[in-house]
Amino acid sequence: MHPALSIVFFTTASGAGFALLLLLGVAGPLGLLPSSASFGVAALALAGLLAIGGLASSVFHLGRPERAWRAFSQWRSSWLSREGVASVLTFLPAAVFSIGWVFFGVTSGLVGLCGILAAALAAATIYCTGMIYASLKPIHQWHNPWVVPNYFVLGLMSALLMLNFLVRLWQTRAPGVAVSALILVAVAWRLKERYWRSIDTTSAPSTVASATLLGSRGKVRMLEPPHTEENYLLKEMGFAIARRHRVRLRGIVRLAGFALPAFLTLLALLVGGVFGIVAAGLAIFSAALGIVVERWLFFAEAKHTVTLYYGAEAV
Amino acid sequence: MTSLPEPRPGQKKLGLVIDLDICVGCHACATACKEWNASGHMGPLPDFNPYGDGAWGVWFNRIHSFEEGEGDGARTVHFPKSCLHCEEPACVTVCPTGASYKRAEDGIVLVDEAICIGCKLCSWACPYGAREFDADEGVMKKCTLCIDRIYNEHLAPEDRQPACVMVCPVNARHFGDLGDPGSEVSEIVARRAGGDLMPELGYKPVNKYLPPRAGRMAPAMPVAGGAPPPIDQPSAGDRVLRWVDRLLSR
Repeated sequence: MHPALSIVFFTTASGAGFALLLLLGVAGPLGLLPSSASFGVAALALAGLLAIGGLASSVFHLGRPERAWRAFSQWRSSWLSREGVASVLTFLPAAVFSIGWVFFGVTSGLVGLCGILAAALAAATIYCTGMIYASLKPIHQWHNPWVVPNYFVLGLMSALLMLNFLVRLWQTRAPGVAVSALILVAVAWRLKERYWRSIDTTSAPSTVASATLLGSRGKVRMLEPPHTEENYLLKEMGFAIARRHRVRLRGIVRLAGFALPAFLTLLALLVGGVFGIVAAGLAIFSAALGIVVERWLFFAEAKHTVTLYYGAEAV
Repeated sequence: MTSLPEPRPGQKKLGLVIDLDICVGCHACATACKEWNASGHMGPLPDFNPYGDGAWGVWFNRIHSFEEGEGDGARTVHFPKSCLHCEEPACVTVCPTGASYKRAEDGIVLVDEAICIGCKLCSWACPYGAREFDADEGVMKKCTLCIDRIYNEHLAPEDRQPACVMVCPVNARHFGDLGDPGSEVSEIVARRAGGDLMPELGYKPVNKYLPPRAGRMAPAMPVAGGAPPPIDQPSAGDRVLRWVDRLLSR
């Protein structure tokens, strides 16, 4: 599948943004975070910018962006529509929660309830994002049980790394956030490895024989493609450029996405202070690079059944 | 509405039956499709850079060619592919806007271009590659089963068939109601053991493909090392003709 940059940015940024909102909506009312208005402004603004920036980026992917509002109508059948509805609904309680926290310094009571509600809706939004991909039967590398958990934990991991940095700007020590971030990095890494092993060791039930009803005389192979040049289907669904570099790119994800952020978070946990802030900040940049490469690979490694008609023997 | 219509008893299911045994791979159906639909219900079907390298454009029907088997037993099969108007079309249910829909009355899957936002998700959801994006208009396009022919009262009744079916020179394509077990197309499918493409995905395509008949294997070709085929001595007439040929070639 062709990894459109707008979608890579959308899924990574809005995933991190909604996950951060989820954490703030739960941890704020529980009193686990600095209660100052300035921290609220910084954390909520970061979450909002990432979520809205990601959603805006997804609109650029559309052929007719001016009609984007129509995407809210088919939530009964479409995960994409559900994601749109859930994302917009999230902003309603999130706005009440933010106003309560920032302007009135309140994170309990009704404001706290709105925080919990925003967290639940943010979780629903991330779930819908994952399901957009996991529900597509023609793509074996997406239609599997690892995809939704992967989206979820990678979002939470990014959010905890950001929170670990932010909290340090207000508090000298924040062992709880750092330890949580470390756990999430470990879980995300483990789940990504399981996903990779799953797609490496299984293949789709569809083959060129089932796609063509041929094979009674033996192996089926393409003799001639329909056209001598590429077409939309091959540009969009037949993308195969990054597959050759799969091993190297997975290495980058392991290093930049998981190993370095874990090391830097551990460092921040141990040393604290200004050095801890710098280490926590670097962990975010490293993880961002790693997750963008991860998302790029998620698309590039995905093989669509239509390629069976264009020379692929299995997908 | 992208929720699927409730199937009714005796549901009409208009579709195509494609005979892989007799398709000769002439691409006439693809060309006729492009010609009719470029100015039809879903038109235009734009082409980009049509006269240079990397020419590409929107086609609703594409003819693939496959080989099966090895050596003497191998066979070439031409394989036309267009929208299968599935009974469980995920391309419809994934659509966030309601632009993609399946008609309750005849099962034809269509796109409402006035509503489509061009998110391309339907083309990802189609296992068969039936949908193609129009980069000019920013909307998705697909086979309409020539809805503007089959119900067109300006055409003579015998012409109310999809363009691809009309043009096929070897009668490898049939159009009809596959929901009616007594229809001509249903009988052909039953007689020839017609099947679904990728049935394992559960899309329940309405279009059926008739597999190539078992037939006879091709006669063995002479192999290297065997006795060379005898060369006939040229007859007197041949010798005269060769002499004339040499004379004229000077």
